[in-house]
Amino acid sequence: MAAQANTLGTQKKGFLQLLRSRKGQQAIIIVAFMIVPLALLFTFTYLPFGEMVGYSFMKMKYIGDRKFVGWKNYASVFSRKDCFSALKLSLYYMGGSVVQLVLALYLATVLSFKVKGGNIFKGFMFFPYLINGIAIGFIFKFFYTRGFVFDTVLQWCGFELDNLPYWLKDQSINNISLVGTSVWRYFGQNMVLFIGAIMSVDSELYEAAMLDGANKFQQFIYIILPSIKTIVTLNVILSITGSLSAFEPPFVITDGANGTGTYFIVMHQIAHTQQKVGLASAMAVVLLLIIFAATILQKLFFKYVFKNAEDEDFNATKRRDRQLAKLAARKAGR
Amino acid sequence: MTALQKIGKYIVGFLKYFSLVFFAFVAVLPIVSCVITAFKTETEYAQTNVMEMPASWLNFQNFVDAFQRANMGRAFVNSTIVLVSVLVVSVLIGTSLAYVLNRFQFPGNGIIRSLFLFATLLPGVAMQIAVYEIMFKLGLINSLVGYIIMMCGTDVIAIYIYIQFFENISVSLDESAIIDGASYFKIYYKILLPLLKPAIVTACILKGVGTYNEYYCANLYLQNKKLYPTVATSLYTFVGPLGSQYNLICAGVIISLLPALIVFILFQKQIYSGMTAGSVKG
Repeated sequence: MAAQANTLGTQKKGFLQLLRSRKGQQAIIIVAFMIVPLALLFTFTYLPFGEMVGYSFMKMKYIGDRKFVGWKNYASVFSRKDCFSALKLSLYYMGGSVVQLVLALYLATVLSFKVKGGNIFKGFMFFPYLINGIAIGFIFKFFYTRGFVFDTVLQWCGFELDNLPYWLKDQSINNISLVGTSVWRYFGQNMVLFIGAIMSVDSELYEAAMLDGANKFQQFIYIILPSIKTIVTLNVILSITGSLSAFEPPFVITDGANGTGTYFIVMHQIAHTQQKVGLASAMAVVLLLIIFAATILQKLFFKYVFKNAEDEDFNATKRRDRQLAKLAARKAGR
Repeated sequence: MTALQKIGKYIVGFLKYFSLVFFAFVAVLPIVSCVITAFKTETEYAQTNVMEMPASWLNFQNFVDAFQRANMGRAFVNSTIVLVSVLVVSVLIGTSLAYVLNRFQFPGNGIIRSLFLFATLLPGVAMQIAVYEIMFKLGLINSLVGYIIMMCGTDVIAIYIYIQFFENISVSLDESAIIDGASYFKIYYKILLPLLKPAIVTACILKGVGTYNEYYCANLYLQNKKLYPTVATSLYTFVGPLGSQYNLICAGVIISLLPALIVFILFQKQIYSGMTAGSVKG
């Protein structure tokens, strides 16, 4: 008995000692600091993710009976007209994001050189990003209403009201109007990102180029563009996945009416209005698979680009040197 | 410089400023038109064009009406509670997680990092289909606390901002504190947390803007609009019968974006640098 108690005692002591040691303290702090974030991550990300995959094989509402239906929900995702055709709408949003990126890149380039009132322009263009989605919805419902802001401004420019379409009702134009609101909201934010990237370029490079007589356009092509290639590519890819899950403009402005229901809108309506949770889950899983595929492609693409990036950069430098040499020669000749 | 080059330079300069003014105008026009309409009386709104200036810039009646009808007093209280709690909790969670992930090598470190990164791929709105069920089971629907817990969730961008920042704080600082006998918690709380301040400001601005403007989950989980409106969802009052009274709606919209405007004017620099920092790993 006594011996037993003794060993127990030493064990206990050993454990306490371990606790007091650095190793033990490390273990305690690791566990203590990670338990909450991991619990949150599990509860609100991975648990619902798993559940959703399970739901996608069932016919069910939030409350009531559940019936296993196999792949039927997935079959309906591809056969229902409203689900899959909605994905086509994302092409509009992809087009919009291309416009947005080009515009942002242009404005960022202009604004990162000395411009009078540059900060004010930057602030004006960036502010829309800080407005909440519902307010944006109201602003643009108002903006596009027949005879209101947009029509008035176009009339100032000489358009006749009778020739203008109903921006939110006319099915040939309403998706473009909605994409416009998304471009309006995000081009300033993209611009700020690009300005940040351009500013991180060593300013000596510009000075050197200027001394060598390179003009602004050449500076853009040979100095700015190569050095912000990464962030531009990243944004292009993000905008592709973003357009697949485009959701806000139709949700807050048209409620998906008149052929503006993107995939997300249809999914939201099926889940929360019609309560076909199984089908909505299947739609979500399909969307996730598409996004994964896009992400994997992106990884491969990045690998490919950056494998060649060094040669490419080398070529670019060589080209730049040649160009600059030519310019210098021309100058000297004159 | 030849005369031709000079003219060319002027044209380029003109085009540059013209494009800047044009796009700044495009960015501001929808908001300005809203401001104009918000100051009009009902008859004025019905009779004049939307771009005509209001008779009086001191007509604040619409703002008062919108504030009362949309229950915005309550909404501002709720939004403040949500904002403060979410920021405090997510700063504590985020910095402590980043501290552990950056300072300690332990089995699973890499896996946990990838778990967080992978979570960013899952589109949040789609996930709500299943999160709704979980919130329902936990009894967290129609509860401010539930909404706050959900919003604290995983903020991967902030975590990466913190980790990047920790990488630039020398480990020798920790080591000398250990020699002095400080516990790991003390090192985190007393030494590293104060040093992390710039990163915390950046992350808070990003998260704060996101939380203040969040409306999808607020709409889904705080269904009792009388008790639990947030500033964003209080605007839903204007859907329906009030849907064409734009003088009132515009006033409500302007009220809802005033806090964002004030924060923007005060913290412009931090917001820009926050955007840039968040994008690197975003």
